[in-house]
Amino acid sequence: MKAKIRIKKLIYHILVIAFGFVMIYPVLWMISGSFKDNAEILRGSLSLIPKNFKLANYTTGWSGFSGISFARFFLNSFVITAVATLGTVISSSLVAYAFARVEFKGRKFWFTCMLATMMLPGQVIMIPSFLIWYKLGLADSYVPLILPYFCGQAFFIYQMMQFMKGIPKELDEAATIDGCSKYAIYANIILPLLKPSIVTTVIIQFYWKWDDYMGPLLYLSKPESYTASLAIKMFADAASKTDYGAMFAMSTLSLIPVFLIFLIFNRYLVEGIGTSGLKG
Amino acid sequence: MSKNTEKTSVISRFLNKDQTVGNIFAFPFIFGFVCFSFIPIITSFYYAFTDYSMGSKTATYIGAANFIKLLHDEIFIKSLGITLKYVLISVPLKLAFALLIAFVLTRKSRMVTVYRSLYYVPSLVGGSVAVALVWKQLFARKGLFNSVLAGLGLSTVNWFGDTKLALYPLILMTVWQFGSSMIIFAAGLKEIPTMYYEAARIDGAGAWQMFKSITIPCLSPIILYNLVMQTIQAFMAFTQAFVITGGGPNNGTMMYALNVYNQAFKYNHMGYACAMSWFMLVVMSIITLMIFKSSKFWVFGEGDDE
Repeated sequence: MKAKIRIKKLIYHILVIAFGFVMIYPVLWMISGSFKDNAEILRGSLSLIPKNFKLANYTTGWSGFSGISFARFFLNSFVITAVATLGTVISSSLVAYAFARVEFKGRKFWFTCMLATMMLPGQVIMIPSFLIWYKLGLADSYVPLILPYFCGQAFFIYQMMQFMKGIPKELDEAATIDGCSKYAIYANIILPLLKPSIVTTVIIQFYWKWDDYMGPLLYLSKPESYTASLAIKMFADAASKTDYGAMFAMSTLSLIPVFLIFLIFNRYLVEGIGTSGLKG
Repeated sequence: MSKNTEKTSVISRFLNKDQTVGNIFAFPFIFGFVCFSFIPIITSFYYAFTDYSMGSKTATYIGAANFIKLLHDEIFIKSLGITLKYVLISVPLKLAFALLIAFVLTRKSRMVTVYRSLYYVPSLVGGSVAVALVWKQLFARKGLFNSVLAGLGLSTVNWFGDTKLALYPLILMTVWQFGSSMIIFAAGLKEIPTMYYEAARIDGAGAWQMFKSITIPCLSPIILYNLVMQTIQAFMAFTQAFVITGGGPNNGTMMYALNVYNQAFKYNHMGYACAMSWFMLVVMSIITLMIFKSSKFWVFGEGDDE
């Protein structure tokens, strides 16, 4: 009986790992492809171990296009992502506090508007937004890619509100009796307790923004302001033959920050989504 | 008391009123909503009735001409059909996988967290251009999928050369990214009291019966949430089609968002593209509303929290 259970357990783990391997195979294949030469990639070999280990892909890839190296593209991506993520955290926590903890006229109305934007597909407002930025003379800049993130992101506001529900109101009341203003309560009580929710926001917003392709595609036209994702796509657009090895090398590098953040904060992510209770 | 301190106390009293505090804290959202959602939507509505294109000084009012043109636009109708097909196949499959794997990974084992992370990886990187380019290569004529088919003794398939087949690699790529829905389901599964299952086991219920009669009903609010979010997201899929197929072959993967993008930025038909955006907004609102209306019949315990 005990042996039977142990075998069952073993089969379970083997199956889960095998399927998991299939799941991440494309990613592993890309990483191994970054060390293969073009001929081997194009042959469609299943192997994850390169025949001739070719590190040169990284140096040729890194040199980039028309004299602009990938150092620049990665820096651009990083600046946009970091600033937008910072903006999201600050603004979303402020708005969430207003909606969750302050009684004011119009709260219900604005909250409903927020739920509506959560379901509003970005592509519907893509064209008019572009035209407005264009008229303001800001279409070819980082402003359209960053400024909206300082106005709170509905998804994260909602998540933080759910989290704040779990922070006892008695804390606020006690602080008020002690003479704390609402501003002080936000800064000294709510914000520190909100940390798990903030970490979740940082991770998710970071990789959404890092992977974002459509925004940079619309707003950035000068190669020196390109983000990494735009630059990687240029490998495939090249008039001459595509250098797959170099493309995969830069693709691999572009995924490293995402993986790093995921590995460091993995725990928070899985639990953060859990505790934010999307039960609503 | 000097006049000055009186003045500051008036100001501080004003600043500490709930009404002021609320508006100050909510200001980023109010500003953003007006500038980045409301005004663009209204502008888009206005342009939808004009022949506006970038560079032109004026936009001429042309009534519903854009909308009438939509009905005769073959590519538009095709793109609508393709997008519906994509949504109808990919969303249910994605949610089914997410739920199934979340359920399989509820065992109490230290490895479960590792497994969850493993299955989450595709969601983590799937939206990137990098992975889209890999996908393109995997399904290339001499790509990995064809190598596998050949290895199994089957005939190879020209995935992106066939109008009928080209959509399926894109669907598979979407389903592959079930990880984020899975994590939300996993969080929901943890909330189901184990005594429900214990009681059912005593009554002699099987695994499937427990899944059907306990798990699904308890998770139904989360299923609703995932369904709505994934449907909206799927309707607006862009990067995959843009990077992998560019809409081809013969518009076989012309997703709706890609078509809008082309009309606006490739052909500079801004007015027409706005009309298409508005059409999509109406279609999606109807579908979302239908999902919510239907939820009365299959979502349990709604409003318990409120």
